Amino acid sequence: MAVKQPLLHTTGLTIGYRSGKNPAKVIAGPLNLDLYAGQLICLLGPNGCGKSTLLRTVSGLQQAVGGSIELEGKNLAKLKPAGIARLISLVLTDNVRSGNLDVYSLISLGRYPYSGWLGILSQQDKEAIDRAITATDTAAFLGRKLDSLSDGECQKVMLARAMAQDTPLIILDEPTAHLDLPSRIQLMRLLHQLAKDTNKAILISTHELDLALQVADQIWLMSSGGNLAAGLPEELVLNGSFQQAFDKDGIDFDINTGTFHIHTSGRKSISVAGDGPAAFWTRKALTRIGYALSPGEDTEEQVLVTEIEGVASWTYKKGDLTLSFDQLKELLTVL
Amino acid sequence: MNKIKILVLLSLLVIAFLLDVALGSVHIPVKEVIKVLFTPDSVNESWIYIVEKIRLPKALTAIIVGCGLSVSGLQMQTLFRNPLAGPSVLGITAGASLGVALVMLSAGSIASLYTIKELGISGSWLIIIASSLGAALIMVIIVSISSSLKDNVIVLIVGVMIGNITLSIISIWQYFSSPELIKDYLMWTFGSLGGVTGNQLLILATVVFAGLVISFLSSKLLDALLLGDNYARSMGLTVQRARLLIVLSTSVLAGGITAFCGPIGFIGIAVPHLARALFNTSNHRILIPACCLVGTVLMLICDIVAQLPGSQTVLPINVITALVGSPVVIWIIAGPTKLRGF
Repeated sequence: MAVKQPLLHTTGLTIGYRSGKNPAKVIAGPLNLDLYAGQLICLLGPNGCGKSTLLRTVSGLQQAVGGSIELEGKNLAKLKPAGIARLISLVLTDNVRSGNLDVYSLISLGRYPYSGWLGILSQQDKEAIDRAITATDTAAFLGRKLDSLSDGECQKVMLARAMAQDTPLIILDEPTAHLDLPSRIQLMRLLHQLAKDTNKAILISTHELDLALQVADQIWLMSSGGNLAAGLPEELVLNGSFQQAFDKDGIDFDINTGTFHIHTSGRKSISVAGDGPAAFWTRKALTRIGYALSPGEDTEEQVLVTEIEGVASWTYKKGDLTLSFDQLKELLTVL
Repeated sequence: MNKIKILVLLSLLVIAFLLDVALGSVHIPVKEVIKVLFTPDSVNESWIYIVEKIRLPKALTAIIVGCGLSVSGLQMQTLFRNPLAGPSVLGITAGASLGVALVMLSAGSIASLYTIKELGISGSWLIIIASSLGAALIMVIIVSISSSLKDNVIVLIVGVMIGNITLSIISIWQYFSSPELIKDYLMWTFGSLGGVTGNQLLILATVVFAGLVISFLSSKLLDALLLGDNYARSMGLTVQRARLLIVLSTSVLAGGITAFCGPIGFIGIAVPHLARALFNTSNHRILIPACCLVGTVLMLICDIVAQLPGSQTVLPINVITALVGSPVVIWIIAGPTKLRGF
């Protein structure tokens, strides 16, 4: 497997606030993070732990206190706003209900970094807008004014605007806040799909633990102390990071709790043998990356999960091929 | 659809323009007005004098004022993301008045149109610059305050208060002035489209045209600012620079007009809403010309009404713009929600 270049890479990044001559107030860090194209990354953490600050810093709206951020190998601090706008697009929590703005105009604002002096749209711009509308399924809202949209519809439209900006990285700050459950699931599913279909990296902050566990390719888990654990959702569950991160909120994270399901139609079927948490989360991981789980053992691909004294190991069989792993991540890279 | 609206507005403009020139204490038939404009030889001389020296400059001033104040109001509403923003509401014209007053104070005279006339061309420029600087000063203060205050209503109240402080400073100075000077100043505050002639008209037109060009060229920046500073920045806008440009053109527009015509209210706040309602868009590339059209027509109509056709009396233009503009503001706040946008 070729080594993939991370789209976004931070080295010793510390985030926080500078105010006047006082020493900067550090919220979290140093953080060494990597973010790859085609991934949906969910940033989780209790309120006030600095999720928004991290997103604002990574997107260039706010200065980092220390360390560096590289975007496609370029130092973010040295990029001009116009340059950053071609690499990162944002969906923020800011209220944009400007009454007279219609949906198409709003989405076309996404072409801002590409259009000329007066903002006249070229054929190319219009095509990009149409692609964004199709991808986000917002064609039905086009003629409407922004203030006539529901919260869920508004989020989709804001996402379409970000898509029209056509950047390799899209960052969304709490896109599921204020949404009802079906809209939340719909949006998360849409984000998951977009990351896969368009090979964009999508970074979101959210409070939807269970949804994040189902759709995220990577989770950044922030705790109140400013620590950040990054990894596969299942890994973070298994190594206890979740318990730690939400410890202070008095939330007990039950490793065995089932969550509600998002149906992703599996293309290949696989069987998983074994009991216990490791097998349970292995099944979830396999479902997530697009497998259908088969109850029998007559499938072409089979996984056996064994757990001895809390240490899990995985055996993968495909025809005559047999491979063993002691990390779930390694198993997934093979599939 | 838009073409029909533009045609209707343009024909309204022509009719209002001709009526504005025709009506007044001396009635000149519209047919004769057209003759004066195109074949001046065939009409009696007193009419030519009235039209060329008094009414034509006044109608042209109405057009300039209508365009300038409306566009400055539109820019402020977008910049502050506040449907109730406008040059007179947020104290920008008060700032301009202060600039004018300061020049007049140091010249030992007062801010009346007569003294402006006596100052000649360099004096006209001096007044325009002072007035624009006064407007810019208040703009900068309110912009810097508004960036730390998220609440629109608070920004509005702060703007009104700063306007009050500015007006108080002028009042203190007035208090120590002689009664004749106070009367002159009061006349100036009523606002007047008359008296801007010759070189002054040329200077005012140049300044306002420059402001309008800057404004039109920044229409893309204004569009981006509709979503707020953060989104604007994320789309590649250098927010500080954009703000500076918008503050500059707004100050030049509002300042220049206030210097010569006095603080004219309500046009700046009302016209952008009418333009948005009429053209149903938030695109500044369309809204800026639309504001010019609607503002011009409205200002000409206000001027026609101010002359109280058939009588010898002329009402101050500010009285009429308030009568026309206030219902629009009430409509924005209490009317159908469609107009609450900006």
